[in-house]
Amino acid sequence: MEKIYSSFEAIQQDLKTQQTTCQLIVKAYLHRIDENKHLNAFLEVFADEALEKAKQIDAKITQNKAGKLAGMVIAIKDNICYKDHKVSASSKILDNFESLFSATVVERLLAEDAIIIGRTNCDEFAMGSSNENSAFGNVLNPIDNSKVPGGSSGGSAVAVKANLCLVALGSDTGGSIRQPASFCDIVGLKPTYGRVSRNGLIAYASSFDQIGPFTNNIADAALVMEVMSGADKMDSTCSAQEVPQYSNHLNDKKTYKITYFNSCIENDGLDAEIKAQFMAFVEELRAAGHTVEATDFPYLDYLVPTYYVLTTAEASSNLARYDGVHFGYRSPNAVDLESTYLKSRSEGFGDEVKRRIMLGTYVLSSGFYDAYYTKAQKVRRILKTKTEEILSDYDFILSPTSPHTPFDLGKQIDDPIKMYLEDIYTVHANLTGLPSISLPLNKHSNGLPYGFQLTAKSFNETALLAFSHQLLQNKN
Amino acid sequence: MAVDKLTVKKIATLAKLEFNEEQAVSIQQDLSRMLDFVNKLNEVDTEDVEPLVYMLNERPTLRKDEPLQEISQQEALKNAPDKDTDFFKVPKVIKR
Repeated sequence: MEKIYSSFEAIQQDLKTQQTTCQLIVKAYLHRIDENKHLNAFLEVFADEALEKAKQIDAKITQNKAGKLAGMVIAIKDNICYKDHKVSASSKILDNFESLFSATVVERLLAEDAIIIGRTNCDEFAMGSSNENSAFGNVLNPIDNSKVPGGSSGGSAVAVKANLCLVALGSDTGGSIRQPASFCDIVGLKPTYGRVSRNGLIAYASSFDQIGPFTNNIADAALVMEVMSGADKMDSTCSAQEVPQYSNHLNDKKTYKITYFNSCIENDGLDAEIKAQFMAFVEELRAAGHTVEATDFPYLDYLVPTYYVLTTAEASSNLARYDGVHFGYRSPNAVDLESTYLKSRSEGFGDEVKRRIMLGTYVLSSGFYDAYYTKAQKVRRILKTKTEEILSDYDFILSPTSPHTPFDLGKQIDDPIKMYLEDIYTVHANLTGLPSISLPLNKHSNGLPYGFQLTAKSFNETALLAFSHQLLQNKN
Repeated sequence: MAVDKLTVKKIATLAKLEFNEEQAVSIQQDLSRMLDFVNKLNEVDTEDVEPLVYMLNERPTLRKDEPLQEISQQEALKNAPDKDTDFFKVPKVIKR
């Protein structure tokens, strides 16, 4: 019986005492991936290559030359580029595309001897909240196979939950890391906008997208963040701020000032049991010495509309590059240049992607630009300013991650607006650029998990991770 | 806000997408519903508010503008759906 690891610390311990090797660890994951194919978490497994890499790292360990992620096996979402490997954003339009370079995050992880085991299924171009928009089929929730895993980084969340790897990378534009983390009962972190380089992340909405980790615990998230974060000359929106050693602060025990929004808790869409549990959790925090107060935030209903105007506008521009000429899918029905564009794009993109390109093109089109796009940018400034004002009085904003537990496959796919409202609690952090984490703290009486979300001040991942560590330790 | 058929056609042309009759009806409905949904933003008073364009509070750092050969011609052509040894190929553009 092969051993299943739920922390990097345990792996390091066993490597140190020669209880295991990187090769054995990789073999165990490959075996589990094989046994769990029905979950459809991986689009491709880099089996031979991962084993070869493991062999090299085992040799380095013997020589005491291994990097600080030696023994960590990582899966990457299929919108993160890895040199000479396929990457498709789960879209037919990137059929057979192989990246010419590696994302900065991939380079940094590899430089510390992480092993990349494969690329994971997701919603097409990261557009979706249930992983039902992938051109390569649905991903199943390992806790209950009739439920969605959440999205858009569904495959990455499932890979960690089902122990198909230790850590997985996702990307979060409006909740695409935190919501699947909540649905799959693991940790999911969206860093501050600009903390992690976006170089090599296939763009959906450039002023929202951030890469972040899925993990079983906070220590692993902290370590991966230390390696991935920091200035990158290939991404001018990546901050020059120094990267703290998050791991060294995890045991900082402090009492914090926390707020929650009345409008979030009084929201009609929120499951009654989650609401009751949330209020009980607030009492627990108070009993533990933290200050928890309610705040009025009258903008909740404007978050998702602002998000959809701006992200679809950015997407319509970012996705203009898929032209059927330079790379990816070309329609066999193309007879001239115009039909090369029209048919390749119309056949290559899925319905949700086309829907969003259409809305984005509409809000950017002449005559509507100011009424929609500029208007939404102005509302975004109000949201950012008001949220920063609140965070000048408090350390964290607390909320449920999602208004309910994982829903049935096929249940919401026909109603785009209903699907968009899935993100009501998560889009806030992307609109304001703030770091935000979903913590696996709860189980519903229906047997399914759900998370609570903490959002911190800009670039304060240190406090966010320290407090999260404290909360998860108290839970265990 | 109801979007008419002609607008759907115009936007599709701008987006370089095409839809058949049935799809056009469905996208027309979706677009109308999505616009109703985002029209909620008109309730927010944004008088004298500057649009938010850059997310970082710090100045973006620019790297030096230096010419670099990062990929070869062969690499650039590697993922092309149709090509010869030197060029991307597209279907014939000029009709005889």
